[in-house]
Amino acid sequence: MEIYKADVVIVGGGGGGLRAAIAVAEADPSLKIALVSKVYPMRSHTVAAEGGAAGVKKPTDSFDYHFHDTVGGGDWLVEQDVVEYFVQNAPKELIQLEHWGCPWSRTQDGHVNVRAFGGMKIERTWFAADKTGFHILHTLFQTSIKYPSIERFDEYFCVDLVEEDGRVQGVVAVEMATGEFTLIEGKSVIIATGGAGRVFRESTLGGIVTGDGMALAYRHGVALRDLEFVQYHPTCMPVTGLLFSEACRGEGGYLVNKDGYRYLQDYGLGPLQDKPKNKYMELGPRDRVSQAFWYEQQKGRTIEGPLGSVVHLDLRHLGEAYLHERLPLIYEMAQTFMGLDPAKDPIPVRPGVHYTMGGIQTNGKGATSLAGLYAVGECASVGIHGANRLGSNSLTELLVFGRAAGEDAVNYIRNVTPGNSANLLKQAQEVEARMCALKNKTGGTERISTIRKEMAQAMEEGCGIFRVEETMQKTCDKIAELRERFKNITIDDKGSVWNTDWLSAIELDYQLDVAQAMAHSAVNRKESRGAHQRLDGPNGAYKERDDVNFLKHSDAFYVPGCAPKITYGDVKITKSPPAARVYGAAGEQADQERKASNV
Amino acid sequence: MSDTQKIIEIEVLRYNPESDQEPHSQVYKVPFTDDMSVLQGAQYIKDNFDGSLTYRWSCRMAICGSCGMMINGVPKLSCETFLRDYYPNRIRIEAMAHFPIEKDLVVDLSGFMEKLEAIQPYIIPKEPRTLEQGEYIQTPSQFAEFIQYTSCINCTLCYAACPQVGLNPDFIGPAAIALAHRYNMDSRDGGQAQRMELLASEDGVYNCSAVGYCSEVCPKHVDPGNAVNVNKIHAAKDYFLRFLSPKGGSK
Repeated sequence: MEIYKADVVIVGGGGGGLRAAIAVAEADPSLKIALVSKVYPMRSHTVAAEGGAAGVKKPTDSFDYHFHDTVGGGDWLVEQDVVEYFVQNAPKELIQLEHWGCPWSRTQDGHVNVRAFGGMKIERTWFAADKTGFHILHTLFQTSIKYPSIERFDEYFCVDLVEEDGRVQGVVAVEMATGEFTLIEGKSVIIATGGAGRVFRESTLGGIVTGDGMALAYRHGVALRDLEFVQYHPTCMPVTGLLFSEACRGEGGYLVNKDGYRYLQDYGLGPLQDKPKNKYMELGPRDRVSQAFWYEQQKGRTIEGPLGSVVHLDLRHLGEAYLHERLPLIYEMAQTFMGLDPAKDPIPVRPGVHYTMGGIQTNGKGATSLAGLYAVGECASVGIHGANRLGSNSLTELLVFGRAAGEDAVNYIRNVTPGNSANLLKQAQEVEARMCALKNKTGGTERISTIRKEMAQAMEEGCGIFRVEETMQKTCDKIAELRERFKNITIDDKGSVWNTDWLSAIELDYQLDVAQAMAHSAVNRKESRGAHQRLDGPNGAYKERDDVNFLKHSDAFYVPGCAPKITYGDVKITKSPPAARVYGAAGEQADQERKASNV
Repeated sequence: MSDTQKIIEIEVLRYNPESDQEPHSQVYKVPFTDDMSVLQGAQYIKDNFDGSLTYRWSCRMAICGSCGMMINGVPKLSCETFLRDYYPNRIRIEAMAHFPIEKDLVVDLSGFMEKLEAIQPYIIPKEPRTLEQGEYIQTPSQFAEFIQYTSCINCTLCYAACPQVGLNPDFIGPAAIALAHRYNMDSRDGGQAQRMELLASEDGVYNCSAVGYCSEVCPKHVDPGNAVNVNKIHAAKDYFLRFLSPKGGSK
């Protein structure tokens, strides 16, 4: 086995991992950083984010506004002190990216421009056309090349963490091109592996979004927090799930049903306005907009076609030239994948799985309950998204908390001695033996693809936009069944070189753990909040938010071979007591009342 | 699946270094629908016929740059190329040309990554600025100078297209030169002189024979060929001015 000794190991080369790596390199250039990623960093799924990154920019805006939008948007299941830190650091990080070369879209006078986004009171979403994630990722990756202390392990697949004396001390990874195992020692490990949305069927996500880091932390005893909160993005391509950015609505696009009616006015987001108005109509938060689709479907007002039920995302009134300037990727995708011209045709869309609000439980600096282990980005639950993430908060999260975690890890390792190498090697060899046994076992009959499909189908059925006990329980049972059947899988490829058959089996193993934690967290939350909406309970009691019993984070703990243990933890409230979550005219009124009571 | 299920033949160039002396073809009969991409065809094969078929992929929306391959001899992203456009004929997919094959459709990209790193693809500030000073101002015309060249997704289709990369594997090549040009043209950057050394070197811009196929296959309309040719002029100017100034001619 190869052995590499680093100071800080970062797993995941997307926005969060790269920002953390740069933070460590800048804080102390003498530290050796190992950046481990199963794809070349610029392939990471940050690349697919479209709309933008939130940070206060306009003189009419304030940290306070961004704070209240985020806390209310998350239906108060939010760590308010962490949100405070987030909104205050957001603009600095976005300017830092500008200095590193990010091609932010500009105003005519040469300043960075901002656009409107769902659930945001003031325009504060910095954007690079509709390829913001792509540009952030490439800017960070290219900038990271400057720092000689960042040693990249590109196309190394992380299979486990190693720990000693209750502290994480490194990772075990497979070099995909050779199948060789490497023990990468480190006094601190930062997990930045992204979300887990691929446990669902119709999603906006790339094939790599399989929850690897979540499962690794979970298996090492760290809680997965608030995992029941799964974001359905309202405007996705039917079947493939590919994303049509919220920027489509930020720039003024309409959502209409089969009668050409802008139906969002019927769901607490109206009344209809002459021109786009923040926090009204199409600029509502994602959970509410996706839920409105479901109601329209129930009422028979969606458009039925060969691809299932859809509504129309209508951009025609924005005009071809404006669409090319602001939404060039959306334009191309509609043409390439759907054969439509968005300047002439409305785009059929429906909700698809997009984001996991929950994740590895961390404090406000990204530190987990396992000493030395950090988590950043979508894999983490640092506490800013609560029950529903506002669009454009997550790209900024990568930057703010990537830096925070990197800097905190540097402080942490000052007082830590390296682990006992012989002991760590022994652990790594055990991991290698376990992984190779999975690859080499014979006689199995279950195809990986079959289990994966059944898992995704079950998650969609049980953990959809609206949920009831019976189907959630069925999903829990199904995942338990698939966990058993996984023991009987067959892997066609027995080779060492680029064995993606084997690696996708390891990914499926991760996915089943995360799916199980999600489904159990969901069935146990007996209320409706943000993206977790229930239709059941005694006299429909679970249809309402229940702050008495459930203004609590759920923490799912791994129990080998069994269902997870779910416990509940307190929510940090500083200055925003829970209130009715309202948008449109009702939201504006509530805002004014809040302001008046503060005076 | 309906009675009218269409079947397309996909011929894949397979190569497993652990068991094959050389690459060989294998044909699969794949049922497909009109919305299916070539990538989905490959996935169908892997899921249902042979889990050992190996290829890179992720985003499915032509932005991550992973899934390039030769499709009937043309470098393309397999996620945005559709089976229906080849049916009823057989479609042939192979690893990208001009790269060593690691396995099946996966090629060795380490050479490309070294080139990308070598051109110093980051802002070397002309006038450093603190965060407190806020953002740099870029006028629309300054922005227009470089924005097109920021769109490269590093898919390396242009390397598979470039006949000169085939002849001299050390040629820095279209995408890396376009990226150098992207930073050189950025009003925030002052690193052109540093980058010029490599661009004007024997592995630099003069390798290009101006075929323009790189720009033709570019899925993001970056036009790397233009970046290369503009830099031939810059490099020539730099060469002559070098006699007059010890720092070279740039900037």
